[in-house]
Amino acid sequence: MSDITLTGPAPEPHAHHPFLQHHFEDLGQQHEASTLGMWMFLATEILFFGGVLCAYWVYRIMYPEAWALAAEQQNKLYGGINTIVLIISSLTMALAVRNAQLGKRKATVGMLFATLIFGSTFLAIKSIEYWQHFHEGLFPGTHFTWNEVPALAPKVQLFMTFYWSMTGLHALHMVIGAGLLIWMMMRSWRGDFGPEYYGPVEIMGLYWHFVDIVWIFLFPFLYLIHGVHHG
Amino acid sequence: MSSVTLHDVRFVEPEGTRNYVTHDYGALSWLLTKDHKRIAILYLFSITAMFILGGFFAVAMRIELLTPEGDLLTSDTYNKFFTLHGIVMIFFFLIPSIPAVLGNFLLPLMIGAKDLAFPKINLLSWYLYMIAAVMGLYIIITGGVDTGWTFYTPFSTQYSNTHVFGVTFAAFIVGFSSILTGLNFLVTIHRMRAPGMTWFRLPLFVWAMYATSIVQLLATPVLAITLVMLMFERVVHVGIFDPALGGDPLLFQHMFWFYSHPAVYIMILPAMGVASEVVAAFTRKKIFGYSFVAYSSLAIAFLGFLVWAHHMFVSGISVYSAMIFSFLSYFVAVPSAIKVFNWTATLYRGSVALLTPMLYILGFIGLFTIGGVTGLFLAAIGLDVHVTDTYFVVAHFHYVMVGGAVMAYMAGIHYWWPKITGRMYPEWWARLAALLIFAGFNLTFFPQFVLGYLGMPRRYHAYAPEFQVLNVMSTAGASILAAGYVLPLIYLLWSLWYGRPAGPNPWGAVGLEWATSSPPPMENFHETPVVTWDAYDYPAMMKAMGETQNV
Amino acid sequence: MADEHDYAPAHAPHIHVTPMWIYIAVFLALAAGTLLTWWVSTIDLGWMNTPIALLIATIKAVLVILFFMHVIHSTRLTWVVVIASFLWLGVLFVLTFADYLTRLWQIY
Repeated sequence: MSDITLTGPAPEPHAHHPFLQHHFEDLGQQHEASTLGMWMFLATEILFFGGVLCAYWVYRIMYPEAWALAAEQQNKLYGGINTIVLIISSLTMALAVRNAQLGKRKATVGMLFATLIFGSTFLAIKSIEYWQHFHEGLFPGTHFTWNEVPALAPKVQLFMTFYWSMTGLHALHMVIGAGLLIWMMMRSWRGDFGPEYYGPVEIMGLYWHFVDIVWIFLFPFLYLIHGVHHG
Repeated sequence: MSSVTLHDVRFVEPEGTRNYVTHDYGALSWLLTKDHKRIAILYLFSITAMFILGGFFAVAMRIELLTPEGDLLTSDTYNKFFTLHGIVMIFFFLIPSIPAVLGNFLLPLMIGAKDLAFPKINLLSWYLYMIAAVMGLYIIITGGVDTGWTFYTPFSTQYSNTHVFGVTFAAFIVGFSSILTGLNFLVTIHRMRAPGMTWFRLPLFVWAMYATSIVQLLATPVLAITLVMLMFERVVHVGIFDPALGGDPLLFQHMFWFYSHPAVYIMILPAMGVASEVVAAFTRKKIFGYSFVAYSSLAIAFLGFLVWAHHMFVSGISVYSAMIFSFLSYFVAVPSAIKVFNWTATLYRGSVALLTPMLYILGFIGLFTIGGVTGLFLAAIGLDVHVTDTYFVVAHFHYVMVGGAVMAYMAGIHYWWPKITGRMYPEWWARLAALLIFAGFNLTFFPQFVLGYLGMPRRYHAYAPEFQVLNVMSTAGASILAAGYVLPLIYLLWSLWYGRPAGPNPWGAVGLEWATSSPPPMENFHETPVVTWDAYDYPAMMKAMGETQNV
Repeated sequence: MADEHDYAPAHAPHIHVTPMWIYIAVFLALAAGTLLTWWVSTIDLGWMNTPIALLIATIKAVLVILFFMHVIHSTRLTWVVVIASFLWLGVLFVLTFADYLTRLWQIY
C-alpha cells in the first residue's frame, strides 16, 4: 500500500497542561521520554566513572601492597559516616518522589530539603577530609610530601591521584545535584507537581540515586582495602 | 479520514506560505531556535567551515610532501599540521557530519514526529560544538598542538610544549555534543514514532542513526574520562600514564581506543544509512534483505566495541590479547560485507538512475569495500607489524573515511538538498564534481597504499627520495580532489537563489520526508500521519502511479 | 521489536507508588550492608576480602536500582538500558584485563 492515510487533526485535550511540551502527544509520552532520556544519560555516567574505575583496578592489580598501604592513610570513620549520610539522603529523595506522586506539595519540598541537608553534610565532611589529607601531604603532584614508606611512596601517590580525582568528580556531581535540588524545591513549592506531572522530581531522583551508587562503590575501593601486614 | 497517495500533494501547503525557513526572521530566531531543521542548518554551516579548515592543513601537508626534504614546514610545524588536520576532521567534521546535519533534519520527518524528543538539548548540542570549535580555533591561532590526534602519553602529558590541555578540553566538550545528539536520537526513535511506524517499517537510515547513537552514547564517555585523566596528569604532574612514576602509557591507549575505534563506526554507520536510502530511491526497488541490513547495523555497533587494541599490536600488549583482538577484528567486517552484498543485490535488475547522489553512492560502495578489505590486511598481526604506522594505514582510513563517509555525506546532501532548501542543484555541475572527487580521491590515496607497503612512515615530512614519484602523484590527486570539493560549495550556494524550485518529491521516492512540502513547514506535518505501508514500497507506489515519475 | 507504544501512547504517566515500608526496608538493608562491609574489611580473609566487598557493594547498588530508582516496576526498555551499560563497562574491563593479565605469560 503506498497510500498515506491521514487522520483528522488530533483532538485537543480539553485542558492543555501548562507543562506539556508541544512536540509530545500527551503527558504520558513526555514522561516516558524524559525518564528514558535520564536513564540514557546515566548510562553515559556509568561508562564515565567506569572508565576511571577500570584504570584504578589495573593499578590495584599491579601494586596491591601500595594500594593497601594507601587505603590505610584514609579516614575510615569519615568515609563510613559519609556513606550512611548519603544512603539517608537517598531515602529522603525516594520519599520526595513518592510525595510528588501523591500530590503532597509541602511534604515534597520537605523531603527535597532533607536530601539537600544530608547531601551538604556529605560535602562538608568531605571538605574536612580533603583539608586533612592536604595537610598530611597526600595531594598528588608537587605538594605530595608523604613519605612514611619511601619504597612505596610513588605508588601511594598514584593511588592518591585516583582518590582525589574520583572523589572530586563525585563531589562535583553532588554539587550539581544540590543546585538541581534547590531548583526542584522551588518548582515544588510553586505547586508544579502532582500525580499527572511529577517527571522532573523522578528524574532528579534517578540522578541522585546514581551519585549514591557511585559512592557505594568508591567507599570500599578507596577506604577498605585489606592487606597491610605491618603491626 | 481522507486517503491520499504519495504523489497527491493535497496536504502540502500551497505556494508562498510559510515553511521552517520563512516561519520567523532574525538572527535570534535561528540562534535560539528549538526546531530540529534549523539546528541542522546551523550545524551545516559550522561543519562546512571546519571541513575547509581541516582541508587547509591537508593541502599544506601535501604541498610539503612534493619534495623529499622537509623544506616548506619545520618538523614541529608539520607535527602540528597533521595533528590539527586529524582533530578538526575527526572531531569537528566527520563525527557530527551526517548525524548532526542530515540526522537532525530528517529523523523526525522520517518517523512522522514533530521534532526530536528534547529540542532544547538539541540546541545545547550545537552550542557545545560551537564553544569547542571556538576554543579549538583559538588554540590553532596561538600555536596549535603537536601530539597527533591520538594524544599518546607520555609525550602529550610530559614533553609536548603545546596547548595539549586546551585541545583536550575542547575535545571533551565536543564529545558531550556528540553524546547528547545520540541520546536525543535514541529516545526519539523509541518514543516518538507515528502511529503505524513499526520498527520494521522504518527507513534504514533510521536504523543506521539508531546504531550510531548507541555508539555515541556508550563510547564517548570513556574518551571523556580518558581526556580528564590526561588533563589531570598534565596539570598536576602525576604519573597515571608515565612509566617513570609507575604508570602505564598503554593504559591511555587502551582507554583512548575504546572510544576511538567505535568512533569510526560513528562515522561510517550513518554513511551506510544514506547509501541504503539512495540505492533504494535510484533503483526504485526495496532494499534487498532489509532485515539483514537493519540487524547488521546493530551488529557493527556492538562488535565495534570489541576490537580496539588492533591499533596497539606493536605497542606492547600481550601476544595473547593481540590474538584475541585480531580474531574479533575479522568478525566486525562481516556485517559490513553483508550490507555491500545487499546493496549490490538491490542494484541488480533495478531501474538505475545515474543521478548525482547515485554516482556518489556507487563510488562509496566501491571505495568503502577497498578501504574495508585493507582493514583486514591490518587486522592480521603479522602483516600489521610491517605496515603499521606507514602510509598503508593512512590510505586505509582515508579510503573508508573519505571515499566512504565523505562521499556518502555528499550523496546525502545532494539527495535531500531539494527537501531542505526547496531548490534543485544543477545536475551536470554536480556530476562533474562527483567525478572529479572520485578521480582525485583515487589518485591521492591509492599511491599511498604502495608507499606504505614500500615502507614510507606516516607523520614524517621528510622521506627517502625513492618515494617522491608516488608522493607527487598523491599531491596531484589532492589538487583535483580539492577542485571537486570547491565546486559544490559554489553551485549549492548558487542554487539557493537560482536553482529550479523543487516540489515535495522530485525523486519520486518513498518515505515520509517526501510526503510533506519542500522546504517542510515548521511542524513538519499538518496532520499526524498514520503509516500503513512498508519501507521502500516502490512496487506498490509505481503501480498506483502507472510508472510516471513525479518530478 | 514490537512495542506497546506503536498504536496507543499512554495518556497520563503510569504511576506506581511504592509503599513506605519497602523504602524503609531497603534503607535498613543498605545501612546494614555498609556496616557489614566495614566489619569484613577488618578481618583477614586473604584473597576473599576483595570479592566479598565487591559482592556487598553490588547487592547494595542493585537494591538502590530496583527499589529507589523504581527499575523493578519499569519498562523492559529501561531494563535493557541499565543492563547494557553495565555490560559495556564489562567489555572495557574484560578486554583491558585480557591484556594486563596475560602480559607475563610465556609463549613457550
